[in-house]
Amino acid sequence: MRYVDEYRDAAAVRRVADAIRAAVTRPWRIMQVCGGQTHAIVRFGIDELLPREVELLHGPGCPVCVTPVELIHRAIAIAARPGVVLCSFGDMMRVPGSDRDLFAAKAAGADVRVVYRPLDALTVAASEPTRDVVFFAVGFETTAPATAMAVHEAARRRLANFSLLVSHVLVPPAIEAILGAPECRVDGFLAAGHVGAVMGGDQYVPLAARHRVPIVITGFEPLDLLEGIHRCVLQLEQGRAEVENQYARAVRASGNETARAMIERVFAVTPRTWRGIGPIPASGLRLREAYAAFDAELRFDVAGVGGREPDECRSGLVLQGRIKPPECPAFRVRCTPERPLGAAMVSSEGACAAYHRYRRSESAWRPTST
Amino acid sequence: MCLAIPGEIRSVHGGELRTGRVAFGEVVREVCLAYVPEAAVGDFVVVHAGFAIARLDRAEAERTLVYLDEAAAALEAERGPPARDREPR
Repeated sequence: MRYVDEYRDAAAVRRVADAIRAAVTRPWRIMQVCGGQTHAIVRFGIDELLPREVELLHGPGCPVCVTPVELIHRAIAIAARPGVVLCSFGDMMRVPGSDRDLFAAKAAGADVRVVYRPLDALTVAASEPTRDVVFFAVGFETTAPATAMAVHEAARRRLANFSLLVSHVLVPPAIEAILGAPECRVDGFLAAGHVGAVMGGDQYVPLAARHRVPIVITGFEPLDLLEGIHRCVLQLEQGRAEVENQYARAVRASGNETARAMIERVFAVTPRTWRGIGPIPASGLRLREAYAAFDAELRFDVAGVGGREPDECRSGLVLQGRIKPPECPAFRVRCTPERPLGAAMVSSEGACAAYHRYRRSESAWRPTST
Repeated sequence: MCLAIPGEIRSVHGGELRTGRVAFGEVVREVCLAYVPEAAVGDFVVVHAGFAIARLDRAEAERTLVYLDEAAAALEAERGPPARDREPR
């Protein structure tokens, strides 16, 4: 068992696709809220295996894509201060602000470094005590345990030259916002397996009940995705609206309690603005008062720094499942990975990047139904 | 920042923060194991931003592979034999 190839077996995948075809009697729209799943769907052509009745919509499952423009400008403003080292995940480097990105800041002389893990930023802080090391903390519930541990360790080791620019966001409030929108067209959800691994399946139970919508926690491999879709279609056909766990090999009902306890210790829930979508109540994490000394927004007094989303970018509609990337007039014309209008074209989890990278032909995707 | 492929724990080291060497195919990385205190050498873990966030359960992993058979058996038990053949074409 390697936990990869077994879930890419073509015969097994086709069998589940046939079972979906046998089960479906009417049109259903199923949204996934995970950039990793979006990329797997487009890469493996999962949507092309489905009957016409089942449409997959890509939701706001990319934390880099939803990081608001003002935070990118705050990161750039902090990086420009003398003595600062700004550490960021590589995905954030090319995300366009109003007029520039972190790469441009680096080219202009700022010390901006790519790290793979928040603890790497802490290592920089420990080895360069005369520098102010700031970690640009972007991510969903999956990354929050790593960020929380970095802060906790910084406090324990008294690393006063370490701080965080926090842009953490939470998935269930985003699902709630999509379901609450008057133009909502989603019948069921595939919830991200790794968010479930941290937070558990139980957190979705009130959402499923309140909105009468099936939510299936699903893995990332082709067989996982098709099983998740099959479970969701069965629920819809049978008129059920329950939380199901397709990804039981990694997800327990209460999640990872050790990781959740650390998140709870370091962070408090806060309202956040999602790029392309707008403000969503209680949809993010901020540092608790006990850790306020590590808050880069306070330390560098950048709360007033703002920014504007580029007008032509329609990734907000893409992130809400209202259009697919090729339906944007700028897609592949005025918006490419080399010259992006928005984050979704450059993030490794962005839907626009997935369609640009993996689409084999123009006919391989289905326009969004209305 | 999200790695969907699970890795296999090759070694575990104690200290202030429990860490270990985790193999993703050919690539071996140092990973923090503080959030999976139950995981040991040979276990597969899901890793995000340098932290293992879940240990994979082998029995559940195998159930996923026979999902359709289990679903069909459950349906049959409820409604009688299936109306049509669903074997691969």
